[in-house]
Amino acid sequence: MKALKRIYLIIIFVFLYAPVLTLIVFSFNDSKSRGHWGGFTLKWYGQLFKDRQVMSSLYNTIIIALLSALVATVAGTAAAVGIHSMKKVLKSFVMNLTYLPVVNPDIVTGISLMILFVFIKLDLGFTTLLLAHITFNIPYVVLSVLPKLKQLNKHMYEAALDLGAKPLYAFFRVILPEIMPGVVTGFLLAFTLSLDDFIISFFTTGSGVSTLSITIYSMARLGVSPKINALSALMFIVVLVLLLIVNKRSATNGRNEAPLINI
Amino acid sequence: MKKTWVSYPYILWMIIFTIVPLLLVLYYSFTKTEDGSVVFTLENFRRVLEPTYLKVLWRSVVLAFISTVVCFIVGYPVAMILAGKDMSDKSILVLLLVVPMWMNFLLRTYAWMTLLDRKGVINSILGAIGLPQVHLLYTDFAVILGMVYNFLPFMVLPIYSVLRKIDRSLIEAAEDLGSDSITVFRKVIFPLSLPGVVSGITMVFMPAVTTFIISKLLGGSQYMLIGNLIEDQFMRVYDWNFGSAISIIMMVLILLSMGIMTKYDKEGAGGGLF
Repeated sequence: MKALKRIYLIIIFVFLYAPVLTLIVFSFNDSKSRGHWGGFTLKWYGQLFKDRQVMSSLYNTIIIALLSALVATVAGTAAAVGIHSMKKVLKSFVMNLTYLPVVNPDIVTGISLMILFVFIKLDLGFTTLLLAHITFNIPYVVLSVLPKLKQLNKHMYEAALDLGAKPLYAFFRVILPEIMPGVVTGFLLAFTLSLDDFIISFFTTGSGVSTLSITIYSMARLGVSPKINALSALMFIVVLVLLLIVNKRSATNGRNEAPLINI
Repeated sequence: MKKTWVSYPYILWMIIFTIVPLLLVLYYSFTKTEDGSVVFTLENFRRVLEPTYLKVLWRSVVLAFISTVVCFIVGYPVAMILAGKDMSDKSILVLLLVVPMWMNFLLRTYAWMTLLDRKGVINSILGAIGLPQVHLLYTDFAVILGMVYNFLPFMVLPIYSVLRKIDRSLIEAAEDLGSDSITVFRKVIFPLSLPGVVSGITMVFMPAVTTFIISKLLGGSQYMLIGNLIEDQFMRVYDWNFGSAISIIMMVLILLSMGIMTKYDKEGAGGGLF
C-alpha cells in the first residue's frame, strides 16, 4: 500500500514537472527541432539577451512590478490601518470592495479597466498598465496586513500616545514594526502577482508597450521557439528563489498569512 | 485608534478603478450606437442566446466541468496521501506541488505545446519506438489536459488542508466500532473533507470556465470558449457592447456560484486560499 502511494505521487510529480523540465532541457538543444537532440549550446540564451523586444518587455515588467508593488504596499497598509478601526457596516462594505477584484474573473477586470481608460481618453500604454497593476495588487496587501493588525495589542499605541508620542511617530515606531511581516509579505505577493500577470496586462496595454507575459504570448502564438525555452528556464529559477524566500518568511512568521497561490 | 480616514484614498481608488469600470461594462452591455447616438437596447443580451453563442457557452461549461472532474479524481488521492500519517517530508512535498504553479501561466501552457506538437517530444518518442504518430495539439483533449495541468494544485491544496485538520480520534472511534477502511472513508473522512472539495471545485472550475489562453494556445486560434469570445469582441471585432453583455453574464454566473459555494465553506475551512 505504501509503495502504491509512492508510485502514485511520483506519477503526479512527473506529470507536473515533465513539461517544465523538458522546456529547460531543450533550451540547451542546438537543433531547432524539438524532436531530436543536436548537441549542447547556449546560443538561445545569447539570442534571448540580444532580442530587443524581450529585453524591453523584461524592463517594463520589472519596473511595473516594483512600482505597482511599492504603491500598493503603501496604500494597502494605510488602507488596512483605516479598515481595522472601522465600524462594522462600513467595514463590511470596504471588505466587499476589497474582495471584488480578487474573486472577479481576470478577464472581466481587464476589459472593464480597458473600457474605463478608453472612456476617460487615457492612452493605453505604460501609465494604464501601471494603474491596472496597482489596482489588482492593493487588495492583496490589505489582506496580508489586516491579520497582523488584528493580532496587535492596541494598548501599545495608546501607551505611546500617553508617553507623549505624536500619532505619526507612534505609528512608525510602535505599530509599523509590529505589522512589518505582513507588510513585507504583502509587498512580495504584489510583486510576484504583477510579474506573473498576463490577462489584465493584455487588455490594458497598447502602443507597443508590452510585458514579458505579453511577449511570450505573441511569440507562443507564432509557434514554439527555443528562445522561449531559454526564457522559461531563467524564469523558473527566479520564481523558485522568490518562492523559497516567501516560504521561509511565512515559516518563520509561524503561520501562512499570505496565500501561496494565485488564480 | 480612530484612523478611519487613512483608508479613504484606498476606498476612492477602488471605487474609481473597480466599481466605475464595472458600471461602464454594464452601460455598454445595455446600449448600442445607432446613427451616432447611443440608445438603450436589450439586443446584446438577446444575441448571447443565439445558437452559435449558446454553443460556445455550453462548450466552455462542459470542458471546465470535465477538467474539474478529472482534477477531483486525480487530486483527491494526492491530497489523501499527502495528509496521511505515514508521510514524512510533508511540507517539502506540498512546496513541490506549489512550485510549478508559480511559473508563468503562459510558459506552463506553452510547455505542453512543445510536448504535444506534431513534431513534438511525444511524437518523437512514439516514432522512435516505431509507433504511429498521434494528432494531439489543437484538440479538445489538449485543452482539457492544459486545464488539468494548470489547475490540479488548486484542487489538491484545499482538500489537503482540510484532511490534515481532521481529528484522528474520529477515525479511530469509527475503527473501534468495527468499520472497515472503506466505511471509515465513506462515512467519516469524505464527509469531513467536503468543505475542501467544494473550494477545490470552485478554484478549478472558475478559472477553467473563463480562460482564453489555454484554449487559444492548445486548441488553436479557431477554438472558441467564452473567454475567447470576449477577447474577440474587444480586440478584433470591436463590438464592445456585445462583449460587455457576455462579460456581464459570465461575471454574474461566477459571483453567484462563488456566493453559493462560500455558503458551504463558512468557516473558511477550505484552506483560506485568499
